[in-house]
Amino acid sequence: MTTPEPKLKTGRSVKDIFGKLFFNQLLIPLVALLFLVILNLFADPSFFKITLEKSSTGFYILSGNLISIIDNGSELAILAIGMTLVTAASGGQDISVGSAIAIAGSIVLRVIKGLSPSISGGELALYLIFAFVLCVIVSALFGAFNGALVAFFKIQPMVATLILFTAGRSIAAWINNNENISINDDRFKYFGNFLPGIPVPTPVFISAICMIVIAVVLKFTNLRLYSQAVGINSSSSRLNGINPKMIKLLTFIILGVCVAVCGFIKVSRTASITYAVIANNIEMDAILAVALGGNNLGGGKFNMTASIIGAYVIQFLTTTLFKFKVSSTAISAYKAVVVIFLIILSAPVVRRGLSNLKNKYIASRSQVKKEGV
Amino acid sequence: MKKLVKMIVSTLLIGAMALSFCACAGKGGKKEGGLIKVGIINNDPNESGYRTANDRDMKATFTKENGYDPYFYYSLKNEEQIAAAQKFIQDDVDYLLISAAGTSGWDGVLEQAKKAGIKVILFDRTIDASEDLYEASIVSDMAKEGEQAVSWLASQNLSEYKIIHIQGVMGSSAQIGRSGALDTKVAAEANWTIVQQQTAEWSEETAQQITQAVIDSGESFNVIYAENDNMAKGAVAALDKANISHGVGKDVIVIGFDCNTWALEELVAGNWNYDGQCNPFQASYIDDIIKNGAKQKVVIMEEKGFDATTITKDDVTKYGI
Amino acid sequence: MEQGTVLEMRGICKYFPGVRALEQVDFTLREGEIHALMGENGAGKSTLIKVLTGVYPKDGGVILLSGTDGPVHIKSPQDAQNAGIATVYQEITLCPNLTVAENMYIGRTKGPVTNWRKMISDAGRLLDELGIPAHPKQQLGNCSIAVQQMVAIARAVDMECKVLILDEPTSSLDEQEVQKLFKLMRDLKAKGVGIIFVTHFLEQVYEVCDRITVLRDGQLVGEYIIEDLPRVQLVSKMLGKDFDDMADIKSDSDTENIDYESTPVYEAMGLTGTTGIKPFDFEIHKGEVNGFTGLLGSGRSESVRAIFGADRVTRGVVRIDGKPVKIRKPLDAMKHGISYLPEDRKLDGIVGDLSVRDNIILALQVMKGFFKPFSRAQAEQFADEYIKLLNIKTASSDTPIKSLSGGNQQKVILARWLLANPVYLILDEPTRGIDVGTKVEIQKLVLKLASEGKSVTFISSEIDEMIRTCSRLIVMRDGKVVGELKGKDLNQNKIMATIAGGES
Repeated sequence: MTTPEPKLKTGRSVKDIFGKLFFNQLLIPLVALLFLVILNLFADPSFFKITLEKSSTGFYILSGNLISIIDNGSELAILAIGMTLVTAASGGQDISVGSAIAIAGSIVLRVIKGLSPSISGGELALYLIFAFVLCVIVSALFGAFNGALVAFFKIQPMVATLILFTAGRSIAAWINNNENISINDDRFKYFGNFLPGIPVPTPVFISAICMIVIAVVLKFTNLRLYSQAVGINSSSSRLNGINPKMIKLLTFIILGVCVAVCGFIKVSRTASITYAVIANNIEMDAILAVALGGNNLGGGKFNMTASIIGAYVIQFLTTTLFKFKVSSTAISAYKAVVVIFLIILSAPVVRRGLSNLKNKYIASRSQVKKEGV
Repeated sequence: MKKLVKMIVSTLLIGAMALSFCACAGKGGKKEGGLIKVGIINNDPNESGYRTANDRDMKATFTKENGYDPYFYYSLKNEEQIAAAQKFIQDDVDYLLISAAGTSGWDGVLEQAKKAGIKVILFDRTIDASEDLYEASIVSDMAKEGEQAVSWLASQNLSEYKIIHIQGVMGSSAQIGRSGALDTKVAAEANWTIVQQQTAEWSEETAQQITQAVIDSGESFNVIYAENDNMAKGAVAALDKANISHGVGKDVIVIGFDCNTWALEELVAGNWNYDGQCNPFQASYIDDIIKNGAKQKVVIMEEKGFDATTITKDDVTKYGI
Repeated sequence: MEQGTVLEMRGICKYFPGVRALEQVDFTLREGEIHALMGENGAGKSTLIKVLTGVYPKDGGVILLSGTDGPVHIKSPQDAQNAGIATVYQEITLCPNLTVAENMYIGRTKGPVTNWRKMISDAGRLLDELGIPAHPKQQLGNCSIAVQQMVAIARAVDMECKVLILDEPTSSLDEQEVQKLFKLMRDLKAKGVGIIFVTHFLEQVYEVCDRITVLRDGQLVGEYIIEDLPRVQLVSKMLGKDFDDMADIKSDSDTENIDYESTPVYEAMGLTGTTGIKPFDFEIHKGEVNGFTGLLGSGRSESVRAIFGADRVTRGVVRIDGKPVKIRKPLDAMKHGISYLPEDRKLDGIVGDLSVRDNIILALQVMKGFFKPFSRAQAEQFADEYIKLLNIKTASSDTPIKSLSGGNQQKVILARWLLANPVYLILDEPTRGIDVGTKVEIQKLVLKLASEGKSVTFISSEIDEMIRTCSRLIVMRDGKVVGELKGKDLNQNKIMATIAGGES
């Protein structure tokens, strides 16, 4: 150490703060993000170019890869919120979210499809609100169904949600008689694209609202404490007056609401739906986002911010792979390689290694202090 | 309270199971005099829009008015389909019409059918079995669909073709056929280049992201070749977002496949340029074979490609699915 | 290394975040001796064992073993096993879904092929030799905890170890089983095995050990020959202070002045649940400390669980301050001012990954409500207050509770329920598996609470503990209340007789 420690006595030194960050749970997704940023910076700095151009609607909009990432990552980030809570409280994952998004999207389209493009904005808004409320209610009910299986019948979450995973897309198709719907009203597309006159994609605002809502909920309720306690030790939580079943149910319902929001955005993006592939494999990405955030998939403590960053890392990776024009046949393999790297980084063994390192670091510091005295 | 919740959930579960059993049970009915009794084994109509149109067509053709006594069975599982075929043989149908879920395992049951004097006609999907075991097989030629589209594209006489090629699920027959035609052409022609070739796995939002990535990188392109209508729609959404014009006489040519009604309407409006058909209407071919005999073993259906400049409203109602 | 020494540890150091777990600790084990390792919770016993068995890497010092030149490096439990160091932990570390024989030989068979027949016959012989009532083909999970413990020892014995570490092996054994274990230990001692015996039971130490090494706060206090160290001195060395006689603690308080005629704080009539206890009547008055006693499985824990609503209550009338109330779930009980410290700390008490702070505020927070979380500052204040009040040893209130020693975990759970400010506190085995010092602290605390006007029900397996703290004892046998003792009846003999039953 050549540089003297400036503030050892008065408070946190620079090194302490760095040390704290270094061992923080946010480290893993942030390192992953940094890795992708550097990769793109070397390959092609223009990746980060953002331009303000006039769009087909006649308004100025922002465009560029970074905008696309935060735009397209919105659904995943929203799902990651719900998935993190479900994981924390029930120690398992919901694999039916992709199918549930299909159902939510199908409901929205069912309400909107017959409308003439000439109806007034106010009337359309009423229909949209109705469609949204309906899909939130139905998705929450499906979430409650999953949650009931997990909480009351003590079925493993992955097995319980397998039912909806299998049936969901058929239900989505059945809601609209398997019609291939396409909505012509451009105003419906506002929610998946741009609001007139606003240069930032709407899904970015929607996901930001979701994040603010969950932040407020975590701040002003005991959702965090309860779901963590239930996930770590359900029996002990019960003896402390918590109702573990209700908490598990609640997290599944919250995930259901997240699913509804995602479904709404998804169908609004292209104003259409393909029941078999809408939000295809998004459940795996959502689980991956939780894992990338360094959260224990076995339940318990969680870090919401890390999960959300994890979600954007996955989208960053997807966009990067598109940008690099990886061959169609190999794209999954490339994704797998990066994922393996990231998952190993967040594996308990590596984390334990890091924390051992941390202990040594602290021990050596206390040693130094002692000798100094 | 707890009991009540448990009861409700169990009732729901049992209800769901009962429903699925009903769906499996199929439709019964007695053989009536003078009618041709056909057992139709198809994939689940909920599988895709194509299948829905196909099923609707079959149901419209094989009716009592047309002289048929039809029995339908749906499954996406090969073994269930084979079991259903055996049941139809026992029920002594005159014809077995099969759209097989898998290609293998059919030899035994088809031999039984042959011994029982029941004629078999395959539609939409082929199987790995001796040609003696069936009367005819009516199929689409995906490669031909691709070739038609590519030759239409060539006929546009652009000075340069810069193509975003959005593929279906890798390895599916539609993807292989439709990609093959384009790949061959691009390899042969100097002024045809692929700007981006990527699989969107039939999903519109992935297609949108792929197109978005090309736009964000600032590369120029003038053709979107999407292997189905939904992916074309996703790509177009990205173009709209970036204010890039598309359609007849515009900057980017848009090609889709499957002839969804809404896609054909886009053609009529001039927003897209071309849509290739994947014909789900095999019923009339089968009807013809049953009534007039088979002329050849493999019948390749006629499949159209629609140009935005020549498509009519009638085409939309007639061919849209 | 001296002649006759099998193990020597010199200057062992081990650091955890913010805690000096071991500082320059020496430990010597001779051939054919049983050596007790004593200390309060958090003194560093477990850490020393874990360093020796390669669970934790050491941060300083050397380990010497007989038969090897120079220091040995033990990097994993496997290394320790290969070096002839076998360990039996307090918690069963075997696989409950395998058979007894498989558990004894798992990971030790050579080559890809296992001779099942030989394995089973070998296991059978060894079990017979040691007098362990288990069949080799029996699934381990179906055996009692005591038998599982003995199978673990059998496994260790069969590995022909030089050093056998027994970490709290007797905490779940009954007297007869303990004697069997001691016989086994003496046999092994005669064969020249060095045994390290970690326990909280002083009687057992004096019954079977030759030497004692005492640790305190991660540092070595000293090594003593058993004859040279009377009990009182041992305890004072462990606590680091002069030890006032435990028997005195009750006289400090005035538990005798309870008004038994007043309206009970809590009263139950014909209370029963689904856990197999017969309907019972029970009452407790302001400032009273009473207790349930009986053998394990007599229904004493089930009774208090029924009071708290921890298990489903099927019948019974409950009155709080004379007013009838319904207690169907723990939250109901909590809202009526009842607190319950459960018997199984690990399973029902702690929320392992959560911080000490969250564990302390949990019950009060739940009572306050889902939509009214405490501010961080408020929570910190509560936590700091109780960490100080109960002298909980933790690096910070942010430390996960699972990394604390057993006694400190128990104090955190106590803190949780004290913070909830109950009128009636139920403590089920609060002193189990914790060191003498903490035990006395907890007993004193109970009496202090009673003198402040709170009512306490206290359950302990150690009858003298109950005699010292309780003014009234409810005796249970086979799920039934069989007697109530108070005043001069509160003595060891009378209690034993009541538990055992019969009129003699």
